[in-house]
Amino acid sequence: MKKVLSLTLLTLMVAFVSVAQDGGRKIPAVDIKTMDGSTFNTGSIQNDGNPIIISFWATWCSPCKRELNTIAEEYIDWQDETGVKLVAISIDDARQMHKVKPYVDGQAWDYEVYLDPNADFKRAMNVNNVPHTFLVDGDGNIVWQHNSYQPGDEEELYELVEKLSAGESIE
Amino acid sequence: MTKPNLSASIAIACLSFLSLSSLAQENGGGILEGAQIHGNFDVYAQQYNRDSIIGAPIVPEKSGINAFTNLIVTKGNFSAGVRVESYIPPVQGFDVRYGNQSVGIPFRYATFSQDGLEVTAGNFYEQFGNGLILRAYEERALGLDNAFDGVRVKYSPYRGIYLKGLIGNQRYYWNKSDGIVRAFDTEFQVNELVPKLESSPLRILLGGSFVSKFQEGGNSSLRLPENVAGGAGRIQMNYKGFGLMGEYAYKANDPTKSNLYIYRPGQGVFVSATYSKKGFGVNISAKSIDNMEFRSDREAGLNDLFINYLPALTRQHTYNLAATLYPYATQPNGEIGIQGDLIYKIKRGSKLGGKYGTTITVNVSLINSMKRDYYVSNDMDSATALLSQQVYLPEDPGRIGYETNLLSVGDSVYYRDYNIEIDRKFTKNFKLKGTYVFQEYNIALIQNKVSPNVQAHIAILEGLNKLSKKHSIRWEAQAMWTHEDQGDWIFGLIEYGYSPHWIVTVLNQYNYGNKVEDLRVNYPTAQITYIQNALRMSIGYGRQRAGIFCVGGVCRNVPAANGLTVAITSSF
Repeated sequence: MKKVLSLTLLTLMVAFVSVAQDGGRKIPAVDIKTMDGSTFNTGSIQNDGNPIIISFWATWCSPCKRELNTIAEEYIDWQDETGVKLVAISIDDARQMHKVKPYVDGQAWDYEVYLDPNADFKRAMNVNNVPHTFLVDGDGNIVWQHNSYQPGDEEELYELVEKLSAGESIE
Repeated sequence: MTKPNLSASIAIACLSFLSLSSLAQENGGGILEGAQIHGNFDVYAQQYNRDSIIGAPIVPEKSGINAFTNLIVTKGNFSAGVRVESYIPPVQGFDVRYGNQSVGIPFRYATFSQDGLEVTAGNFYEQFGNGLILRAYEERALGLDNAFDGVRVKYSPYRGIYLKGLIGNQRYYWNKSDGIVRAFDTEFQVNELVPKLESSPLRILLGGSFVSKFQEGGNSSLRLPENVAGGAGRIQMNYKGFGLMGEYAYKANDPTKSNLYIYRPGQGVFVSATYSKKGFGVNISAKSIDNMEFRSDREAGLNDLFINYLPALTRQHTYNLAATLYPYATQPNGEIGIQGDLIYKIKRGSKLGGKYGTTITVNVSLINSMKRDYYVSNDMDSATALLSQQVYLPEDPGRIGYETNLLSVGDSVYYRDYNIEIDRKFTKNFKLKGTYVFQEYNIALIQNKVSPNVQAHIAILEGLNKLSKKHSIRWEAQAMWTHEDQGDWIFGLIEYGYSPHWIVTVLNQYNYGNKVEDLRVNYPTAQITYIQNALRMSIGYGRQRAGIFCVGGVCRNVPAANGLTVAITSSF
């Protein structure tokens, strides 16, 4: 009986996956925190019609820090060329969240950084593990996402940002 | 523990999702036209070979699988979701109680929000402040999930004022807690509240929480309180580069199995100060907790049914030998600790910093016992032996157990961690990171092993060579030297990356310094990972060392294993 049930559920899941459509999904509105502790609603993430990168990371996640430190070196050029903005969401919990601001400043990041200490935004965005990076077009639609990071991934990401900035579709 | 009718709830959830999804897919204008369905899944499967030398448990099924699927439907102000979980059976190291049922829907909810009001019915997670008095959360890698099942209301009556109220039972594997939790939290963001201060560089935030749990008294020989109240107050201030945070929590008398049924109230404090500017950051934090284990069931043990969360005040390491052999786990019944953390980036182009700059990170954490004067005996062992008889003793008619205060540091060293990390990019395509860690670990307390404190020196070198635009090699060399426990280890890893799709990893660890010659074992593993956007699939084969896997100071013992591992995650 249990096996039948699990098989049925698995089939249902696959069916859901195949019918679910990614296009046009907006950033969900969830209350998270700014680095000084204030409440911030993710529904108000915006960039005047320019593309947005949303990157989930944590101070204990080495590949996350590699990704964000690599992008940081080129971020000024990226912003000048495409108007893109990077929003970094730290999923550090109470143990490490007070160390996020010293880390961000210490690395001299110019990103917009928020804290998601109880994973509310992470869940709403369906992130399983970090690093997980989303690309949002000028109309606020989530158009691309990528899990994990290895050197060179930032090049693909930037090509997509350039396309979005030029008004091209990245389907 | 009450057992909900699971097959019924599965059926209802499936049906509602089927109807919702079919409605959502229709273009003809159903009530959910324009609704969006999204979710993720996460599958982790292991196959187990026999391998007695590394102490791998014999698994009769020869395999284990943990699988999770989340589905969320949103439309306008409405959202609903379910999570299907299956454990057929759970992978080794997960609590066997997950194996009571192979598949089910332990998490389902519906939320409606409008004009600053948000109402959630069903399951939800929540955190007040730092979580010292209340935190419901999920840490899937640890098999930890203390979600509430009930109702939560969030409301912002005026700008700068945030209220939350909730009531519910907590998740207990496939069941729910008997105990009921009721809680309320208020937060004032002073700068939003007072228009004059809106653009002030001084940012002030105040918060307060109240939590109460109810559980029937049962038939103990003691008179147990059925309602236990707790509360916390917090403040956070920021001025330019400076930040100051403090939270104090208090819990009324709450005799439980783990505190030997004493009636002593619990209390805890957590403070943190930071200063940072471009290229420099420093944080000092301190924590003291006494008898602060707060659970919705007084008989619960392990990581079960915690209402609150007490973060460990130690660095969360990422390198294998530093992270999984001797990691600290919070001692909720009492500990005092302090931690300092410093990051400094030497300017690029300077003589010391090199062409690309160099980052130095230093971290120190010290955690000790709390000094206690027991009422019945000065010797802790005989005092606890008397208390465990669960009677009122003439010397201690209130069963308070002992006297202490949040500043009385005890002699027993629970943990020490001194570490320094230097990260330097030498050329456009070559980076090197060197780390040294010293750890002292109270293995008798944390792992119940008969041994003096472990003192371990760990040295780590990590390199990253970018071969071309898409090809890279990353490697790690780690060594640990210690006279205690399992003795010395070395660890080596090579990872080849072909962006954006492929990663191949080969690693080995060798316990060359084990006092027992037969246990000087190698643990080789190889793994291939494929990534396509949000999809990530990996397959690995080899030996996995027994270790302690921790997130946020909460730990899970992972037994040794030998075999195949498959992991698939995606989101859509």
